[in-house]
Amino acid sequence: MLTYFLRRVLYTIPIAIGVSLVCFALIHLAPGDPLSAVMPEGASSETIASLRSFYGFDRPLAIQYLTWLTHVVTGDFGYSIMTRRAVLGEIGPAVFNSLMLGVAAVLIGFTVGLLLGLIAGYAAGSARDRVVTSLAVAGVSVPHYWLGMVLIVIFAVNLGVLPATGMGAGGSTNFAFDWESLKYLVLPAISLSVIPAGIIARTVRGTVAEVLKQDFIQTLYAKGLSPRRICLHVAKNAAPTVLAIIGLQLAQLLGGSILVETVFSWPGTGFLLNTAIFTRDLPVLQGTILVLAMFFVFINLIVDLIQSAFDPRIKRN
Amino acid sequence: MANLSFDVLDAAPTGRRPRSRSFWHAVGRRLARDPMTLTCAAILSLILFAAIFAPFVAPLDPYRTNITHRLLAVGDRHYWLGTDELGRDLLSRLIYGGRMSLFMGFVPVFLATVIGAALGIVAGYAGGALNMAIMRLIDVFYAFPSVLLAVAISGVLGAGLVNSLVSLTLVFVPPLARVAESVTTQIRSQDYVEAARATGATGWRIVIGHVLSNVAGPILIYASSLISVSIIIASGLSFLGLGVVPPEAEWGLMLNTLRQSIYIAPLNAVLPGIMIFITSMCSNLISDGLRSAMDVKV
Amino acid sequence: MLTKLRPMPAQPDAIVQPLLRVDGLRKHFPIRGGLLGRVQGHVKAVDGVSFEVHDGETLGIVGESGCGKSTLARLLIRLIEPDSGNFVLEGSGSDNPSARALRRRVQMVFQDSYATLNPRLTIEDSIAFGLKANGSGRTEAKRRVHEVLDMVGLLPAMFAERYPHELSGGQRQRVNIARALALGPRLLILDEAVSALDKSVEAQVLNQLQGLKRRLGLTYIFISHDLNVVQYVSDRVLVMYLGKAIEVGPVGRIYEAPLHPYTRGLLSSRLPMDPRRRVSIAPLSGDPPNPIDPPSGCRFRTRCPIAETLCAEREPQLARAADGHVVACHACQPGSGHSLARVKEAAPC
Repeated sequence: MLTYFLRRVLYTIPIAIGVSLVCFALIHLAPGDPLSAVMPEGASSETIASLRSFYGFDRPLAIQYLTWLTHVVTGDFGYSIMTRRAVLGEIGPAVFNSLMLGVAAVLIGFTVGLLLGLIAGYAAGSARDRVVTSLAVAGVSVPHYWLGMVLIVIFAVNLGVLPATGMGAGGSTNFAFDWESLKYLVLPAISLSVIPAGIIARTVRGTVAEVLKQDFIQTLYAKGLSPRRICLHVAKNAAPTVLAIIGLQLAQLLGGSILVETVFSWPGTGFLLNTAIFTRDLPVLQGTILVLAMFFVFINLIVDLIQSAFDPRIKRN
Repeated sequence: MANLSFDVLDAAPTGRRPRSRSFWHAVGRRLARDPMTLTCAAILSLILFAAIFAPFVAPLDPYRTNITHRLLAVGDRHYWLGTDELGRDLLSRLIYGGRMSLFMGFVPVFLATVIGAALGIVAGYAGGALNMAIMRLIDVFYAFPSVLLAVAISGVLGAGLVNSLVSLTLVFVPPLARVAESVTTQIRSQDYVEAARATGATGWRIVIGHVLSNVAGPILIYASSLISVSIIIASGLSFLGLGVVPPEAEWGLMLNTLRQSIYIAPLNAVLPGIMIFITSMCSNLISDGLRSAMDVKV
Repeated sequence: MLTKLRPMPAQPDAIVQPLLRVDGLRKHFPIRGGLLGRVQGHVKAVDGVSFEVHDGETLGIVGESGCGKSTLARLLIRLIEPDSGNFVLEGSGSDNPSARALRRRVQMVFQDSYATLNPRLTIEDSIAFGLKANGSGRTEAKRRVHEVLDMVGLLPAMFAERYPHELSGGQRQRVNIARALALGPRLLILDEAVSALDKSVEAQVLNQLQGLKRRLGLTYIFISHDLNVVQYVSDRVLVMYLGKAIEVGPVGRIYEAPLHPYTRGLLSSRLPMDPRRRVSIAPLSGDPPNPIDPPSGCRFRTRCPIAETLCAEREPQLARAADGHVVACHACQPGSGHSLARVKEAAPC
C-alpha cells in the first residue's frame, strides 16, 4: 500500500514539471511583445532595454525557464507588469476568493446532487428516475454563466433581494461570514453549482443503482437487515466513486470559474485571469495558470490516493 | 463410435432464412424507437437546418444596425424577437449565430476525435514504451482544467475563429485519447484478437479489422457527450471576448454585448443563452440515447 | 489440394522424421513489484519441455490447471515468445521458423468458442480475415471460406452471413475449427477445444475432428484436462506437471500401466461409474506447489507417495522405460539410487 502511495506521488512530479513547462511555453508563444503593454509612448531604447532585462526577457528561453522555475519554487512569482506589485500577493487573495466560491458551489451541488441521485438510484427505471435524470442532464447542459445572468435578472433586477455583482461593501479584505457579506455569495455559488450538481446526481444514481443490483444486497435483505442498515452498506460501497467525483469537480471549478466570476465581478482567480489576458500582464497570467493547474494536479493526487485507500480493488499499473 | 450426422442439429428452417442484424443495424433500430432521442434529433436538425440555410430562413439582415430601434421588446411587429443594443434583429442574429455556435460545437470535437482516437488506439495497441510516452504527454495536458486550458490557449493566441478552433481541439484531444487508449487496451486482451494474431495477421491489419469496429462505439459515445461541453466553452470564450469577434453573430458573443442591457431589456439579454441551453441539452440527450442503445448486448 | 486423401501413417513410433520436434522449450514470466517495479521472481510456466509429434498422429497433453499446458500451446504457435528452446518443423526449410512461416503450417483452436469470435464480424468475415491477412483476394477468400464451412458441416448459405451470437456453442466451435483449417495447416493445436461444450455436443465435435483428420491428413496436438476425452482421441499422451513433461507414451500404455506416480494418481482420480467401487481416500492430495518457487529436485516429491531424499537432491530426466515410453522418475530408472529402482524396468515402479 505504501509503495503504491509513494509510486503515485513520485509519478506526479514529472507531471508537475510538464505542467510548468506548458505554462511557461504558453506565455512565451504568445504573439506580440509582452513589454508593449507597459512601455510609455516613444520610450528610449535604453528604457526598453533596461525594462527587458529587469523582467528577464532578453535571455535565452531555456535559461528563462530555469530561472522562472527556481523562483516559482521559492515562492517568487515575479512582479505584475501592470500594478508592479508582487504577483503572489495578487494571486493569494484571488485564490482564497475563488476557493470560497468553489467550496460553496460544491457544497450546494453535492447536497442537491446527492438527494436527486439517491431518489433516482433507488427508483431506477421508474418515471421518477427519468424525471430526475432529465433534471441532471439539464444541469449539465446549462451554460452556467448564462444562468448567472438569468438569476441576476430575477433576483437582483426584478425582486431586488440579492445583490447583482461584486463581493460586498467590505470587498475581499473585509469579508465577514454574516449575511451582509454572504448574500453576495449566493447567486454566483448557485450558478456555479448546477454543473457539479448534475454530474454528482448522475454519478450517485449510477453507483447506487449498480450497487443495489449486486447479489450481496439480496443476501443482506434475506438475512433480515433493516432497510436503514442496508442503506449504510450501499453508502459504503458508493462512497469512493462519489468522493472522487466531488474532489474532481472542486478542482475543475477552481480552474473553470472564470466565466461566472466575470458575470458577477467576483474578484477571484478567474477575474484576475481575465484582466491579465487583456492587459497582457504575463507574470500574473503565468502565475495564475500555474497555481490553478497545480491545485488541479494536487487535488487529483489526493482523490486518487483516497480512492485507492478505500477500495483495494483499484490498482493502477 | 458411429459418426453422427450433423444435419439433425443444423436442420435448416424451411423457407428463406432470416436476415442477420449487424451491431450497428441493431443500434440504429433501437435509437429509432426511442422517443426522447427522436425528439432531440428533430430539434437539433431544425436548428441545424436553420443555421445552414440562414440566408433563406432569417427574416432580416443580421448585420444591419438601426440605433433608433435598439432594444425593442420581444413580440414586436417587425422584429419578432426584438432587437439588440445596436438595433439589429435578434431573431436573424440568433439564426446566423447558430452557424458559428454549432460549428464551434461539432468541428473541434470531430477533429479532436480523429486525433485523439488515433493517438489513443496506437498507444493502446502498441503498449510498452510507446504507450507510456504518448500517455504521459497526454497526461500533462489532461492535468489542466478544461476551461482554464481553453482560456489560456485562446488568451495567448488571441481572439478569432481559427484560434478558438485550435484551442478547443487541443482541450478535447487528451480526454478522447485517454478513453481511446483505455478501450483499446481492453479490446487488445480479448480472445478474438489473440485468435486473429494466431492466423498470422500483423498489427496494422488487426487494428483495422478487429479493434476499430469494437472501439468505435465507446469513443463515439464519449465524443457525443463532449459536443455540449464544446458549445458551452466556445460560447464562453466568445463571451469573454476571446472567440468570435464582432460584428459576427454568435450566441456567446451576443450574451456579452447584451449584458449591459440586462436591466433595461432582460428578456432580450437572455435569449441567446436559451439557444445554447436547448442545443446543449438535445445533444446530451442524444448522447445518452446512444449510450443506452449500445449498452444492451446484441 | 487439401482434400486429397493421405495414407495412414505407420505405427506411431516407427523411425520417421517427426512432423514437429521441440527441444528444451522454456518460458518464465517475470513478476514485477516494489517501488521501481523491479523483477522479484519468475513464474516458471514452461520449464524445459521436449517432445516430438509424428505425422498423422494425435498427441494428447494432459495435466492439472496451472501445469503450463496453455502456455505450451501458445509457445508452439508463437503467440508467446519462448525464452529458449528449439523448434524443428518438418518441411519448413530451417530450424526455428519465423512466426509467419510457422503459422502457415500450424494453427490453433481455442477453448472459448464465443470470445474467440469478434462479435461485430460475420462468420465469413471472421474466417476470411486470416486468409486476407495472408494474401488472398476477396473472391478467393470467400470461396475458401465456403469450402471450409462445408468441411465442418455448416451450410455456407445458412451460416456465412450470421453473427456469432446467433450460433450455438457447438456451431461456434465448428466455425473456429473451420477458421483454423482455412489456411491449410498440417498441424492443428486444440487447446481445451471441447471443454466448454455440453457432453453430447462434445462427442459430435470430437467425431467430426476425427473425420477431418482422416480426410485431410492432419496431425493434432490435443490439450485437455479431461482424461477420458484424451484417451478417446489420442494416439500418444504427454503428461505435464508444473511446467515439465514427466511422462510420454502410447495411449494404451499410459492409461493401463502408467509408470510415473503422478500419472497413476491422476488416472486413479477418475471416479468409477460403478457405485459398488467407491474411493475413500483421494489418490492425489493437496494442491500443486507454487510455480514461482517449485520444489528442488523432482517437482512432484511433495505429493509423491514414494519420494525419498534422493528426489529432493536430483531432478529426474525423461528416460526410456519401454519402446516409445519415457518417464521422468527416479524410481523407474535403474541405477538412479532410488530404493524401488533396483529392480529392472519390466516391473512397474
